[in-house]
Amino acid sequence: MRSPLNIKRGPILLTVILGCLILFPVFSPSPYLIHIITLIFIWSYVSTAWSYMGRFGLVSLGHGAFLGTGAYITALLFNFFNLSPWIGMLIGASGAVFLAAVLGYACFRSGIIGDYFALVTLAVGELVALSIIAMREITGGSLGFTLRSLGNSPLYFQFGSKVYFYYISLLFLLFALYLWKRIDKSKMQKALKAIGEDEVAASSVGINIIRHKMAIFIISAFLTGIGGVLYAQYITYLNPHTLSGVTVSLAIPFKAILGGMFNIWGPAIGTAMIVSLEEYIRVSYGTKFVGVSEVVYGIALITLIIFLPKGLYGTVLEIFHKRQRSAETIT
Amino acid sequence: MPPSLIQVLIMLSLDGIGKFFGGLAALSDISLKVEEGEFLGLIGPNGSGKTTLFNVISGVLKPSSGRVSFMGADITGLYPDKICHLGVARTFQIPRPLKDLTVVENVMLGALFGDSGRSTYHSEETAKRDAIKYIDFVGLKVGELTMPDELTAAGLRKLELARALATSPTLLLADEVISGLNQEEILEASSVLNRIRDEMGVTIIWVEHIMGALMSLVERVVVLDYGKIIAEGKPSEVSGDKRVVEAYLGEEEQEVY
Repeated sequence: MRSPLNIKRGPILLTVILGCLILFPVFSPSPYLIHIITLIFIWSYVSTAWSYMGRFGLVSLGHGAFLGTGAYITALLFNFFNLSPWIGMLIGASGAVFLAAVLGYACFRSGIIGDYFALVTLAVGELVALSIIAMREITGGSLGFTLRSLGNSPLYFQFGSKVYFYYISLLFLLFALYLWKRIDKSKMQKALKAIGEDEVAASSVGINIIRHKMAIFIISAFLTGIGGVLYAQYITYLNPHTLSGVTVSLAIPFKAILGGMFNIWGPAIGTAMIVSLEEYIRVSYGTKFVGVSEVVYGIALITLIIFLPKGLYGTVLEIFHKRQRSAETIT
Repeated sequence: MPPSLIQVLIMLSLDGIGKFFGGLAALSDISLKVEEGEFLGLIGPNGSGKTTLFNVISGVLKPSSGRVSFMGADITGLYPDKICHLGVARTFQIPRPLKDLTVVENVMLGALFGDSGRSTYHSEETAKRDAIKYIDFVGLKVGELTMPDELTAAGLRKLELARALATSPTLLLADEVISGLNQEEILEASSVLNRIRDEMGVTIIWVEHIMGALMSLVERVVVLDYGKIIAEGKPSEVSGDKRVVEAYLGEEEQEVY
């Protein structure tokens, strides 16, 4: 699907938006706004990585497993062995990749697809959360633990100002979007599209189903693992429920599905809407409605999947293109 | 050339293939040899196991017993993509186009992924060129942006053939490429099959449950009934075989009345 951002005005509009985002902190707005936008960047990055596979019908409801694995391995290596998270994140993300490889191979080899794949991943996400809680001695169990503070120490991924995190997470998000484009131009994208539609037909023309699914699952898990590190370094506190439980595992796909996982901008737009909405509810209603966002999530998710499977942004695009096409045929 | 030097190459060899679904034997003890360059017809009433046999050869199903050899190598239980890479292509009885891709892109998939390891690496451009070549070859008339759902039944069957050919096979498993077509389309599709064998040198096993067009084209016919081979031979011999008439034509007549 072509996005209006790709037609003529596309590059200009994109440059303007990017320019605004880069210049935004310069005008020293409130740290609160910087904080919210940083959160949007981090979760956009994660939900974009989720959509790498989600858009080909590989719906994972357990990405918290990779988020948590990446974040905990990295943070524990730092707290106990003083290993810089810049290096640790590669080890953490490799842990996420290992998990994805084992899980993926087991599922794809035995033909677990669709809803069944979603259910298996959901269980694995919770399994990782429970394992973290069980290893109370080192992980602090369900109370979580705090990163050792070094003050401003860029070599150890700790900064005195939130602005650094703003720019770093923006960079990561841009990388994830760039990788999306690269995947779109690759042979792998065609193979995955075919697999997503009809595995039997795809394999009959010589497409290796397991290899392609493994590849995209591993890429997605690697980026998600890094995303966990990003979030943990920013918040400086790790908790199994915010990093790998069912709630976060469901929140990631929800953001992507809301925006529309078939379009490169969909996950980011969905994330911006959700994070803003959550903040709005939190600020205006405080703790009166704790848990209400989960209820809203559930209802909205079901409604979306039934009525707008392409997500909000995806649906807007579709209407836009239909208008354009009918305008073209008239003129 | 003295006759002793003419070697007949056995391309595909099935030895005692059996396939059970629960307690039901869909195929039992199928043994069959197909020579290189042959045009073999495989017929049988509905439910006789023709498509199941294709699924076993192409790797979609693993046989419960027996061995499938292709060009002398055991390919039993290999994944379909592997078997495709070795040079076995198939069409589907119920066409399975990828609906979100254009017709050209569907065929391109075959060119891009079908022959990895056997011939040159395909770039998008060469794959597209090849795709258009095969689309022309099967006589499919489409534009660059035509989607599969704009095709007729005959068009979809041609798409199946073009996509299979794009994987540059040496053996083609053609599953009911003329069923549901009118007389004119049947003649056209049969002549395409004939040209695939003669001009491209592809060995063909053609499955059909209607006898008509098939019998006039193929050199040898194998008849399946209830998962067993009940007759085998030249079309003229087979159509006179008493067991075939009973199992097969008998049923056809019942269908008529």
